Amino acid sequence: MKPRAVTGVGGGSASQRAKGRGRLAVLVATRKGAWIFKGEAARRRWQITGPLMLGQVIHHMVLDPRDGKTLLAAAKTGHLGPTIFRSKDFGRTWSEATRPPAFSRAADGGKGRVVDHTFWLTPGHPSEPGVWYAGTSPQGLFRSEDGGSTWEPVSGLNDHPQFRAWMVDSQGGTPDGPALHSVIVDARDPAHLYVGMSSGGVHESVDRGRTWEPLVKGLEVVEGFDPANLGFHDPHCVRACPANPDRLFQQNHCGIYRLDRPSSEWVRVGRNMPKAVGDIGFPMVVHPRDPDTAWTFPMDGSGVWPRTSPGGRPAAYVTHNGGKNWKRLDGGLPRRQAWWTVKRQAMTMDTRQPVGLYIGTTGGELWASRDEGRRWNLVARHLPEIYAVEVAEAR
Amino acid sequence: MKVLIPSPLRSYTGQTEVEAGGESLGALLADLDRRYPGIRFRIVDEQGAIRPHIRIFVNGEQEFDLERPLLSSDGVQIVQALSGG
Repeated sequence: MKPRAVTGVGGGSASQRAKGRGRLAVLVATRKGAWIFKGEAARRRWQITGPLMLGQVIHHMVLDPRDGKTLLAAAKTGHLGPTIFRSKDFGRTWSEATRPPAFSRAADGGKGRVVDHTFWLTPGHPSEPGVWYAGTSPQGLFRSEDGGSTWEPVSGLNDHPQFRAWMVDSQGGTPDGPALHSVIVDARDPAHLYVGMSSGGVHESVDRGRTWEPLVKGLEVVEGFDPANLGFHDPHCVRACPANPDRLFQQNHCGIYRLDRPSSEWVRVGRNMPKAVGDIGFPMVVHPRDPDTAWTFPMDGSGVWPRTSPGGRPAAYVTHNGGKNWKRLDGGLPRRQAWWTVKRQAMTMDTRQPVGLYIGTTGGELWASRDEGRRWNLVARHLPEIYAVEVAEAR
Repeated sequence: MKVLIPSPLRSYTGQTEVEAGGESLGALLADLDRRYPGIRFRIVDEQGAIRPHIRIFVNGEQEFDLERPLLSSDGVQIVQALSGG
């Protein structure tokens, strides 16, 4: 079947999105390949395409919203080097980047860094067609200006001595490797960027990445450590609200936060979550039209950090007032003995009315909600561990 | 000389065994990359080290040094060292 043209979240006219015309697709990246779930306008039936790139570890698969047909996938086989796969026909055929993200060669005698995998992909600003950003592990930021075929290091971040100290190296981070993620391009200004570094904090650039400033005031770190050392900061997922790009929400290793620019001080709105659930997790999702509404998917961060759904009872939580109150959303989800959770790129939304939500689980299940999280439906199971879920919407 | 290609890299070569040349192992990989663009980066990282799950043999002996001289009569085997599930 010939795929229809689609756009990323935010594409198409506001009226089209609100009325929910046309098909949409859910892009699922997993530990063993990728799948595309194409849905009709009602979002009740899904046609599965895949596996794509079977056997490749796919950390992220994202549509270019500027042309509505180009997909980029951050790939690594378990045993070969990392690369970026590109499809110009919405997944029917794929080719490799001619120069994938790679660190600069070390000077003689120096110890150079090696990209283990690309972890995060972000399309550039609409005014800059062909521009993409990639975040890697070990941590680095890379930029492409030719639609993802060739990539250059963003030296202002990657090679800055202070940032390199905060980023730590592949031996100093978590066993899966420290990751640069949450690359955000301000919808009003292509030179205004945010990134998250796990670990290393949140940082902002207003000059396309040439210079960076930390943005960590108000963020907590693990008890007993010094928050003045940015190496102890661990943002898990940062999102800017489409309806108000000056508002950011963040799921952090140490809570849920909101930031309203021009302030540079985060507020821990996760304190308002139920104590029994806590405010630890990985994903963060913001409403496409209402900057007071955001969702998270808590996990158990107590004790040894089981990183399961708290109590084996998975649930999303939503706020409709910027984090003052949170409401549990578990309709249709397992009520007990469900120990999966949701990784940081594995929860997203569409822009329909009402908004659809999508989660991919560590247990290989894809769940969808047509009503902003009140009721969840199982779309697929028995997939490999899901690393990322993104939505592409029909024009 | 003949170079044995492991299955994960056959998407580049399309065949199990290919011809390539070079006076050293490093030069051989460079020649392979000219013939099959992109393949070298899957074998050697950006700092010039053989990737952790790649093993290279010359005439059946494992070789770690890309400076290792080669003769046109040598046979090179590249294999993938699998781990995990």
